[in-house]
Amino acid sequence: MTIKYLIQKEFLQIRRNSFLPRLIVVFPIMIMCVMPWVMNMEIKNIVVDVVDNDRSTMSQQLVHQVEASNYFIFNGQKDSYQSALKEIETSKADVVMVIPPDFEKDMTNGRMPQVLIAANAVNGTKGSIGGAYLSQIVMSSGASVKNAEGYQAQSSLSDVLFLYNKHQNYKVYMIPALFAMVLMMMCGFLPALNIVGEKEAGTIEQMNVTPVSKWAFILAKLIPYWIIALFIIAVCLILSWAIYGITCQGPIALVFLLAILLALFWSSFGLIISNYSDTMQQAIFVMWFFVVCMLLLSGLFTPTRSMPSWAYATTYVNPMHYFVDAIRTVFVRGGNFQSIAHQVFALACFAVFMGGWAIQSYRKNS
Amino acid sequence: MYLLTWLVRLKDRGIEGMKTFISFILKEAKHILRDKRTMLILFGMPIAMMLLFGFAVTTDVKNVRTVVVTSSMDYQTQQAVELLAQSEYFTITTTANTPQDAEQLIRNQKADMAIVFGADFAAKSLGVQFIVDGSDPNMAQQWINYAQQVLLSSIPSKTGAMTEAARGMSSFVNSKMLYNPQMKSAYNFVPAIMGMLLMLICAMMTSISIVREKEKGTMEVLLVSPVKPLLIIISKAIPYMVLAFVILTTILLMARFVLDVPLQGSIIWIYVISTIYILLALSFGLLISNIAQTQLVALLMSAMVLLVPIIMLSGMLFPVESMPQILRWISAVIPPRYYIQAMRKLMIMGVGVEQVAQELTILVGFTLFFLGLSLAKFNKRLE
Repeated sequence: MTIKYLIQKEFLQIRRNSFLPRLIVVFPIMIMCVMPWVMNMEIKNIVVDVVDNDRSTMSQQLVHQVEASNYFIFNGQKDSYQSALKEIETSKADVVMVIPPDFEKDMTNGRMPQVLIAANAVNGTKGSIGGAYLSQIVMSSGASVKNAEGYQAQSSLSDVLFLYNKHQNYKVYMIPALFAMVLMMMCGFLPALNIVGEKEAGTIEQMNVTPVSKWAFILAKLIPYWIIALFIIAVCLILSWAIYGITCQGPIALVFLLAILLALFWSSFGLIISNYSDTMQQAIFVMWFFVVCMLLLSGLFTPTRSMPSWAYATTYVNPMHYFVDAIRTVFVRGGNFQSIAHQVFALACFAVFMGGWAIQSYRKNS
Repeated sequence: MYLLTWLVRLKDRGIEGMKTFISFILKEAKHILRDKRTMLILFGMPIAMMLLFGFAVTTDVKNVRTVVVTSSMDYQTQQAVELLAQSEYFTITTTANTPQDAEQLIRNQKADMAIVFGADFAAKSLGVQFIVDGSDPNMAQQWINYAQQVLLSSIPSKTGAMTEAARGMSSFVNSKMLYNPQMKSAYNFVPAIMGMLLMLICAMMTSISIVREKEKGTMEVLLVSPVKPLLIIISKAIPYMVLAFVILTTILLMARFVLDVPLQGSIIWIYVISTIYILLALSFGLLISNIAQTQLVALLMSAMVLLVPIIMLSGMLFPVESMPQILRWISAVIPPRYYIQAMRKLMIMGVGVEQVAQELTILVGFTLFFLGLSLAKFNKRLE
C-alpha cells in the first residue's frame, strides 16, 4: 500500500510547514466570527430628511411617526427641498420626504395631496427598499387619519408569509454561503500551490523517478484535502450554532456529502492548475481569476435568475452554483435528499471529471 | 508603443541625468510588456470585472418563479395571473392546489414564491396571500413589493368606491429615485471596481516587481549604478502609473459606452482625484516592497492587507451602515472607501467638487502620510 505512505507524507509536509496548520485552523474560525457581520445586505440606518411645508398637526404626526420608526435615522427638518437635496449630495442623508402645503386640508377634504419621497438610488436596493418602507409609513398614517376603506382593502390584499427565515435575518442566508467560500479557499488554493511548490523546490524530481503510479500520486495529494474539508465544515457548523444559534434545518449528513463533493471538485481543479503552472505566482493568478468568476456567477451574493441569459447559461457549468443552491436548500429550507438530488448528481459528475483530468494532466516526464 | 518611441527620442536628446532615468523607465516598461501572462491579467481582469459586475451581478427583480394556488380559477383570478405572467418580473411555473403543495415546491427550489388567491378574490378583490422564500430577505421583500404593485393594477375599475380609494391611496405617495431611476446595480459597482483595481494594480504589481529584483539579486546591481536609489524606485513606479491611467480610461470608457453608466461630473476632477489615489496606492506598494523579502510574501501581504479589506469593508458589496460599530471604525481607516465614495458622487450623482471636499482632504492626508512613511522607511533600509 504505497498510497498509505504517500498520504502520510502529505500530512507530514503540511504539518511541518510553519504556516499551513495554523491557516487551516484559524482561517475558518476567523471567517465564521467576522464575516457574517460584514456580509449583511440588510438595509438599515437609513437617514431621512423631512421637508414639512404644511406644519399642521397632521403633518407633524407623520413626522413623528418617521422619527419613531427604528428603521430610519431622523436627521431633522429642512426648510426647502433644495437644502435637503444638498444633504443627499454630501451623503449626509439618504431619503428626503416632502410634505406639500395644505396637506392636512387636502386630506380632510378627500383630495389627494402628493407626498414626495426622493431616495438616493445610487445603491438601487437601498433606494428602493428605503423608499418603499417610507411610503408604507406615509400610507398607513394617511389611512388612520382618513379612515378610508381603500387602505384597508389594500392592507388585506397583501398578507405575506416569509418562509424559512421568519425574522429576515441575513446571517441565515449568508452562513451557508460562507461554508462554500471557506471550502473554496482552503481546498482550492492550497492544492493549487502544492505541486507547483514541489516543482519550485525541486522535490518533484524525486517523485518522478519513483515507481509510484500517476493515480496513486494524485489521489494521495487529494485525500488530505478531503479530510481537511470535513474538519473545516464541522468547525463551521459548530461555530454557526455556538455564535449565532443558527443550525442546519435539513439532515446534517447531506451537508457533509455536499462538502465532500465540493472539496473533490476544488482540490482536483487546484491540482490541474498546479500541473500546468511553472511558478506559484502564475498558479495563484490563474486560480484567483477562476475563483472570482465562479463566485460572482454562482448566485452566492445575487440571485442567478436576475442575470441576463448568457450569464445564466454559465451557471449550468458552474459547480459552485449547484453547491450554493443545494446547501441553502438543506441548511436554510430544510430540504431532504430528494430536493437536492439533481445538484448532488451534477456535483458528483464535475468532481469525477475533474479528478480524472487531474490524474491525466500530471506528467512524470518533464 | 508610441509612448516608448517618444521616450527613446527624449532620451537621445536629454541631459545626462535625465538620460539614465529615462532608460530605467524604458527597462521597466519592457519588463512589463514582455511578460505576456501578466499583461493578459492586467488588461483581462478589468474587462472581465466590468462585464461581470455590470451585467451578471445584479439584484434586479426578474424571472421570479411563481406558483399560483387557487381553488377556483375564475375570470378575475385568471386576469390577475395573466398580468403577473405578462410582466417581466414573474414567470408562472405551475398551479398548485393547496398552500402545502406550494411550500413543498419552494422547498425543493422549483419556485421562489407562491400567490394564494382566496375563494372570494373575485367578489371582493381581497384575500390574497403571498408565501415567499424568505431565505434572502432583501430579494423576498422586493419580490413582494413588485407583486403587490402588479396585483393592485389588476383590480379592475369597478364602480365600487372602495377600489377607487385603493387606487387613490397608491398614488398619494409620489416616489422618486434620484440619480438612478432604473435602479441598475452597475451604477453602484463601477466606482467600486475602479477603487479595487487601481489599488490592486498599483500596489500589488509595483511591490512584486521591486521584490522580484531583490529576490533575483538584480537589485544589488541596480543599486551600485550611479543613479540615486530613490530615482530607481520612482522609475519603477512610473510605468505602473501610466498603466493605471490606461486602465482607468478603459474602465471609464467601458462604463460609459458598454454599461451605459452616465459620467455626470467633471472628468477633470475624476482624473485629479484618481491621480491622488494612484499615488496613494503606489506608496502602499513601496511600503510592502520594503517589508517583504520574497514575491510570495509580497503577494500574500497585498492580498491580505489590501484586497480583503477593500472588498469586504469599503462598502463595495456590503453597506457599511449595517455593520457593527467596531467594523465601522475599521472601515473608516480604509482609504479606498473614501475614493469610492468620492467617485460615486462625482460620476453618478454629478455633484460639484465642493461636495467631495471632505473625501478629497482625507485622501490627500492618507497619501501624504503613506508617501512620507514609505520614503522614510526606504531611506533607512539603504543606510
